[in-house]
Amino acid sequence: MGVALGRLVQWTAPGHGTRVLEKTPLNEAILKEIIMFAESFIYKHPQEAKYVFVEPLEWKTDLNPSAFESGYVVSATTVKSEESDENGQPLLFLSVPQIKVRSFGQLSCFLLIAKDTKLKEAQACIEGNRNPVAKILGLDYNTMKEESSILNILDKITKDNDTESEIKMKIAILLKQLDVNLLNHSLKCISLEIPLHPAAVKNDIELLKRFSGKGEQTVLESIKYTSDYEYPNGCRAPPWRQILGEICYVLVKPHDVETLCITCSEEGVFLNGGKTDDEEINYERKGVIYKDLVTCLKEKSAKFSENMSKQKTRFNEELQKEKNKPNETPKKEAPGALRKAIPGSDKTMLEKNQINFGKSNMIKRLEPSLNWKTTIDSKEYNVFRHRVSIHEERHGGRVEKSAPSVSAGKAQLIRKSGEKVEEIVSESSSESEEDEEPPDHRQEANADLPSEYWQIQKLVKYLKGGNQTATVIALCSMKDFNLAQETCQLAIRDVGGLEVLINLLDTDEVKCKIGSLKILKEISHNPQIRRNIVDLGGLPIMVNILDSPHKSLKCLAAETIANVAKFRRARWAVRHHGGITKLVALLDCAQNSAEPAQSSLYDARDVEVARCGALALWSCSKSYANKEAIRKAGGIPLLARLLKTSHENMLIPVVGTLQECASEENYRAAIKAERIIENLVKNLNSENEQLQEHCAMAIYQCAEDEETRDLVRMHGGLKPLATLLNNTDNKERLAAVTGAIWKCSISKENVTKFREYKAIETLVGLLTDQPEEVLVNVVGALGECCQEYENRVIVRKCGGIQPLVNLLVGINQALLVNVTKAVGACAVEPENMMIIDRLDGVRLLWSLLKNPHPDVKASAAWALCPCIQNAKDAGEMVRSFVGGLELVVNLLKSDNKEVLASVCAAITNIAKDQENLAVITDHGVVPLLSKLANTNNDKLRRHLAEAISCCCMWGRNRVAFGENKAVAPLVRYLKSNDANVHRATAQALYQLSEDADNCITMHENGAVKLLLHMVGSPDQDLQEAAAGCISNIRRLALATEKARYT
Amino acid sequence: MNRKKLQKLTDTLTKNCKHFNKFEVNCLIRLYYNLVGDITERQGTVNGLDRNAFRNILHVTFGMTDDMIMDRVFRGFDKDNDGNVSVSEWVYGLSLFLRGTLEEKMKYCFEVFDLNGDGFISKEEMFHMLKNSLLKQPSEEDPDEGIKDLVEITLKKMDNDHDGKLSFSDYEQAVREETLLLEAFGPCLPDPKSQMEFEAHVFKDPNEFID
Repeated sequence: MGVALGRLVQWTAPGHGTRVLEKTPLNEAILKEIIMFAESFIYKHPQEAKYVFVEPLEWKTDLNPSAFESGYVVSATTVKSEESDENGQPLLFLSVPQIKVRSFGQLSCFLLIAKDTKLKEAQACIEGNRNPVAKILGLDYNTMKEESSILNILDKITKDNDTESEIKMKIAILLKQLDVNLLNHSLKCISLEIPLHPAAVKNDIELLKRFSGKGEQTVLESIKYTSDYEYPNGCRAPPWRQILGEICYVLVKPHDVETLCITCSEEGVFLNGGKTDDEEINYERKGVIYKDLVTCLKEKSAKFSENMSKQKTRFNEELQKEKNKPNETPKKEAPGALRKAIPGSDKTMLEKNQINFGKSNMIKRLEPSLNWKTTIDSKEYNVFRHRVSIHEERHGGRVEKSAPSVSAGKAQLIRKSGEKVEEIVSESSSESEEDEEPPDHRQEANADLPSEYWQIQKLVKYLKGGNQTATVIALCSMKDFNLAQETCQLAIRDVGGLEVLINLLDTDEVKCKIGSLKILKEISHNPQIRRNIVDLGGLPIMVNILDSPHKSLKCLAAETIANVAKFRRARWAVRHHGGITKLVALLDCAQNSAEPAQSSLYDARDVEVARCGALALWSCSKSYANKEAIRKAGGIPLLARLLKTSHENMLIPVVGTLQECASEENYRAAIKAERIIENLVKNLNSENEQLQEHCAMAIYQCAEDEETRDLVRMHGGLKPLATLLNNTDNKERLAAVTGAIWKCSISKENVTKFREYKAIETLVGLLTDQPEEVLVNVVGALGECCQEYENRVIVRKCGGIQPLVNLLVGINQALLVNVTKAVGACAVEPENMMIIDRLDGVRLLWSLLKNPHPDVKASAAWALCPCIQNAKDAGEMVRSFVGGLELVVNLLKSDNKEVLASVCAAITNIAKDQENLAVITDHGVVPLLSKLANTNNDKLRRHLAEAISCCCMWGRNRVAFGENKAVAPLVRYLKSNDANVHRATAQALYQLSEDADNCITMHENGAVKLLLHMVGSPDQDLQEAAAGCISNIRRLALATEKARYT
Repeated sequence: MNRKKLQKLTDTLTKNCKHFNKFEVNCLIRLYYNLVGDITERQGTVNGLDRNAFRNILHVTFGMTDDMIMDRVFRGFDKDNDGNVSVSEWVYGLSLFLRGTLEEKMKYCFEVFDLNGDGFISKEEMFHMLKNSLLKQPSEEDPDEGIKDLVEITLKKMDNDHDGKLSFSDYEQAVREETLLLEAFGPCLPDPKSQMEFEAHVFKDPNEFID
């Protein structure tokens, strides 16, 4: 009983005073069971009924004392039972409204007296006694765990060994039985419930909509959703409500009652609290749960019920039609049929419901959609960050070293390889299924099946029961069906054809294998079939076929693997069964130039074998571990060799594989070493758009490396890239090409070339009306190009600044990082700055400091530096941003080094204006900067030192830095290897040394020796600052000496 | 047989044989006389490989099982219809059997399948050839129904002119479209595995044959 009460009974949500039992059919059923148990107790177990409870069960009853008759002592407000325990205490004591019962006998009598209010009393009893077993038997019995209960009981008996404990034990066992009973019973109840499905609800609502409108004949006046946005899982409820199983909310206006606000949830349909004043929905349930919308509305509106029965035939027909749609997910039955089914009279229906329960309740649990409409990016970002962190662990310092100039690009790369990281995780863990898992729908047996289905079924029969000759005929005939059509694909599977086809692969019959693979190759374009093939163990067999002496078999097997290995588990299986090595071996075929013409039936051309191998490797190379396996199997030189051919259909998979693999450092090095870049560049000039795209993509991946960028230039790759920019129809290719240009333009020589080819102008033209993938790259490229004066002028003259500034309002983080960088680069030119200022670009940049993404923050802060430097009246402009300075200062609390460095740089620029310096001092810039002083990051050190030296110019900031212990760490900066850090630090120390206490700290920390060394530096600024600082320290020393002797 | 005669025979046969070189022809001739010799030992004088001996070879060496098809293959080899495969028939036959081009093989297979030699493979012939191709299911009312259906399927697939029988051009077109249909009505060519074994066995190290 304890288990059932604890686990099954549905309590109302906590937080509303005492928790009460919800009125659900399940609870009702459980209560009835308990009542039956208690009522019959006195007859069935008269001995045990006399047992006196350790503690009385207590609750508030509505029963009147007058209801009690013989056997009780009744007064106006109290009732005592005549039956009493050894101490003379009555076993039932009622003192309105509190009642105490101390034996099952009394409990039985009480329930008999209660008659009609039994249910209510039982409920009150359960609510009042949350742990009845403990009260009845005492706490020690209650602690019995299910697993060991009998043993425990036996233990007890042997210990106490008296009659009382024997009775206790019997009761314990009885209660245990009741518990099991309750569990079984409620299981039955649950299995009768068919959870509603979003699709089903949607259908209902759509249907009702069709029968709604003005006029007396319609069933409703109107019905509409409260939200227009539908999540990908079909729900309209906000995600935090979806967790509770709620699907959507509808506002229904029946003819005869007020507008109803109804919640449709998995459990059923019920009225909610309606819309509150501020357009929110009060989600609390009001009233009972109905099975579906129609039942609910029938209860609520008589008019609906009436009109519905008129329309019923039509409505049911419609509903039926909806249901019979092929591949429909199992949905609830037509309402009429459902009501019939509930009493359980219709056996088949019941069975069906149970099956449905199994299917839909277990498999199709509602998953809250993560695609939040408004916060979509922050979500994505979280996942992304998560991936990055894993990535960092895996790949050591690769991510860390990302400089600001490439961070966005890295981010993209990481995003790409995020998939791979996920892969590692999942591959090491047990098979958690991937998100892309399509719903597996089997054709319903009684749905209208196309004629192909029967024909295919017949052929599969011959496949099963035929010899080689019959099998080949059946295979050839099956191949004549339109295997690209899903009906046929699924028909083959549903009649058990996949098993047979895969079995055939395991035979010795070459012809059967060929025929079977030819079919598998076609139908494996279907994602579901792929999974089925993997589930049936098809991949290891196909991998084995790769060893076959027959080339055409190899080809077909490789092609089929290429189709199947489109998802993670399949790729894992290919690798796991040694497929990668074999596939790589296929690439080696194409070398014998003197090939005999097709000598036998089973031979294909060597080139074809290599092509199929490359195709399969392309699919497989989407997994990180497979990339490694390909490399280890010696795939790179072979791919490089194949790249020299001129067959397009060979080049596409080869370049595709290379491009996929180029996300790995190892590959990029190998690509450089194998002189692959040359051929990639050559193929940029191909006619084939797909090939161009993959080549450009591969260059994009590889051009992170400086040498590679030079190679691209040396092989004349920049011109075709620039030319391809002019064709903007193929967006995928455009994205790849712009990506390649972006990465290539990190090298200055390349930028000069691009300028020659007029690529800058074209890029500016691409700033509008392009998809984000293209924009990110275009803006990235412009950001790199604008590092040079000439290009900044070109961008301005082509009118590029306006669209750039316009892009500052976007939400795509990768894009924002690049846009801020490009705007910052443009702002270096005072003339550009005027335009930016006029377009209010600085304000937009400033507001990006609030962006949640640290890369965007940092990039925006970097971009602000040249803006402040070059704007006219910069100080006034900065002050005009309300709260802007406070925002900047508070960013010093960030824990991202890049953000900190960029903000320090911004502060350096802001502090050049005295008034602003005063403001940021008030905002506490000094302690915040001082707190950062203990860092090893040279970039941060440099900008921090600069910021400190600028901030020294106000009030008693110098002293304050000393007080905040910023000086000693600064001295240590002088030991860094970075000359920039030295200069900035020396300048900061020079400023700080104006204060006597700071001089002492510096001296104590050995600054003098380090500074003396710096005086000899070729860097004049450094010389000067170091010398100045030493002179201040020296002067103080002299002054003290003087003071001492006078 | 003396060496000179063998040499001469080899030369003549090699001249007329497209797919074997001299060495291979030599090997095949030796094999032929070995086989014939074995039979002679058992049965006295013979004129060549008779039907039974040849069928035995087909069965043991090339793994063929269908009696009817094997008979037809024998007829394919025995060009002069004298009931024996002579040494030249043996070499020419194997040349096609093992190394023939698709065209040659199509022609050969069609002849094998055209049981009555009227230039067409009729429904009845198909039925005849396919009748053992399906597992008999006791539950079926008409045990031949499956076969009939299979014949219909084959016709639908191969009968391009829809005249209810297969002409050579129907057959050729279908095979060119899908090579698997070359042996549509039963295996009448060696399967690749036994072919490789046979060749490896017969054309052994050439040094052994240099006398």
